[in-house]
Amino acid sequence: MVKMMAAIVLNGFRSLRRDRGALILSFVLPIAFFSIFAAIFGGMGGGTPRVTVLVVDEDGSAESERLVSALLQEPTLAASVRPETKKGEPVPPAYTAASAETAVKRGNAPAALIIPKGFGAHPVAFGPGGDRNPIRLLHDSSDPVAAQMVAGILQKVVMTSLPGAMAKVGMQYFERSSGGLTPEQRKSIESAMSRVPDGRNSTAPSGPRRDIGLVALDMRDVVGEKKQNSMIAFYAAGIGVMFLLFTASAAGGTLLDEAESGALDRILSARVSMTTLLAGKMAYSALLASAQLTLMFLWGALVFHLDLFTHLPGFIVMTAATAFAVASFGMLLASVSHTRAQQAAVSTLIILTMSALGGSMFPRFLMPEAMQKVGLLTFNAWAIDGYTKVFWRDEPVLHLAPQVAVLFGSGVVLFLIARRFARRWEYS
Amino acid sequence: MYVYHRCMASAAPAIPLRIDSAVKRFGDLTAVSGVSLDVRERACLGLLGPNGAGKSTLIRSIAGRVRLDSGSIRVFGQPAGSAAARAELGWVPQELALYPLLTCRENLEAFGRYQGLRGKALREGIAWCLEWAALADRAGATVKTLSGGMRRRLNMAAGLVHRPRLVLLDEPTVGVDPQSRNRIFEMVEELRSQGTTVIYTTHYMEEAERLCDTIAIVDHGNVIAQGTKEELVERSFGRHSDVLMHFASSVENAPAWAAAQGGTMQEGAEGVAHFAVAQPTDIARLLDAAGRDGLEVIDVVLRRPNLESVFLQLTGRDLRQ
Repeated sequence: MVKMMAAIVLNGFRSLRRDRGALILSFVLPIAFFSIFAAIFGGMGGGTPRVTVLVVDEDGSAESERLVSALLQEPTLAASVRPETKKGEPVPPAYTAASAETAVKRGNAPAALIIPKGFGAHPVAFGPGGDRNPIRLLHDSSDPVAAQMVAGILQKVVMTSLPGAMAKVGMQYFERSSGGLTPEQRKSIESAMSRVPDGRNSTAPSGPRRDIGLVALDMRDVVGEKKQNSMIAFYAAGIGVMFLLFTASAAGGTLLDEAESGALDRILSARVSMTTLLAGKMAYSALLASAQLTLMFLWGALVFHLDLFTHLPGFIVMTAATAFAVASFGMLLASVSHTRAQQAAVSTLIILTMSALGGSMFPRFLMPEAMQKVGLLTFNAWAIDGYTKVFWRDEPVLHLAPQVAVLFGSGVVLFLIARRFARRWEYS
Repeated sequence: MYVYHRCMASAAPAIPLRIDSAVKRFGDLTAVSGVSLDVRERACLGLLGPNGAGKSTLIRSIAGRVRLDSGSIRVFGQPAGSAAARAELGWVPQELALYPLLTCRENLEAFGRYQGLRGKALREGIAWCLEWAALADRAGATVKTLSGGMRRRLNMAAGLVHRPRLVLLDEPTVGVDPQSRNRIFEMVEELRSQGTTVIYTTHYMEEAERLCDTIAIVDHGNVIAQGTKEELVERSFGRHSDVLMHFASSVENAPAWAAAQGGTMQEGAEGVAHFAVAQPTDIARLLDAAGRDGLEVIDVVLRRPNLESVFLQLTGRDLRQ
């Protein structure tokens, strides 16, 4: 019995050795996925992602300047007070509250801190209360982590950058709760306070409670505040594109089925050219992909209240571009593969990898910077970015130009490469 | 029966098929080695040869699916593979080249459209094909629900929906039962009666004998003989008969002995020699000689020469090897 079992095991391994598709799925795919997720969550390729935050100082006080300076030096933040200077162009003006809000709405940064006028007068308070002017934190709730991180880091930065203000407020609390200081005690404390960098007299805070931190924060979701179900479009696009890629791969695979059955030979012996055949297959695949995406977004609209019907032009443009790109990708996979089994294995490997890197499985904005850049090599990333622009940021169709250009452009290139590989089927 | 009135091309002087010194190599293998062949209108040419003889490569070359290394093939005067040649040609490949999830009618419609048919011409072509292949009552059935014989017939019909004047049938009876095979023979005969020129490849001698008026024997990529069955037999055997002599396995010098007696050993069949004799009584002479030389003969067969005998005579191999 053991010998027979050994023979069965041996046959299994012999067959596996000759089945490249099964080998890839058994060994390469797990390693690839392990590497991708290790890179995303393990900090490889760029370390922990820094949160981009725009900083606007409307106060111009010594406290606010010290706070801005500390924010700019904070290693966990990528803070900036003005847009990047482009080569050969003059330094752009600093962000204002309005321009920072626009930038957050466009997705240039997930958060912006607006330090209001009067902040320097009452920068901090312990616990609730105080008449502090709250710092405004404008954020994009499509990145739910960024706003919370910025809020937390801001408290830490205040503690390290405004110790004098904190000491003064502390003394005021002490004085109130202890029934007052003797003149000698007050003189001694003021002498000590004068040696603290930001120490100076201020009145005790009073007024409505804004928050319970050191600095008062007024958080506002500037992108999703009027949206009912914020992340549905993101998930519809992310999951949709991944399954579109599988569909396109299967549709392209019919070429290999036809090659194996002899139908391809018969078709090409009729009046159908290889280019016509490929274009026809691709058109079918693109229409199928469009139908799938439409169904997915319709479902999102009916069940999850996704606002599809007011975003129809952008949806149509993005769906057309995405469907075209994934259809050509399917054609390429089929034309470079020699058998259906090989195509299935290679497709699974590539599609799952692209989906992981491109944000279909895990949002790209939560990945390390290097991984985010790698993600731009995938259709998923461009499609998700485009749909996010349409449904989340309410951007006009013209703003989809980069995504549409990349998706259509790469679709054309992949189709041409597929056509080149398909020459092997044209004649023996 | 439904009669489809196809539009005949204006009287074309060109013959249906002219192959001139066709050569096709795949690496070191020469699949077609200088074949020259003419097929006249309304003829049925049987390409007879064993597996690997080069029949299918030749057929695929005619269909424009193989590019020759040298030589030329013309279909009704047009280069093989050209649009004009494709329009005149119907190719039925050996494989079941169909869409398994489509119905009979949908398959015919698809291949008709690939041939450029539209509207009435397409509808008439489909109707004719369904009738011809005796599938009219199964028109709405998907391919995967058809029997093997029905699939074969549909496979044939899919190559003829545009009513070509020259039809290439590449082993159309592979894997079908005798009843279905007979139905396929009737379909081919019906085609011929309507004036279609047919090229029929097979390694079944009886199919070639029944259906074809001209036979080309193909071996190692060459047409080694061509003519009617009678001509081929006459050329190979004259008025002689065919004698097969089976020696005991212990006989080692059979090849030399058979050669000395004017015979040949049959390749792939151990201890079988093959002789052409003028009279049946010549068997006695061969048996005497074998006995005299100490060869143990275990079986002797006398038969009238047929295509298989011709093939054996010309190649030393059995047709089905």
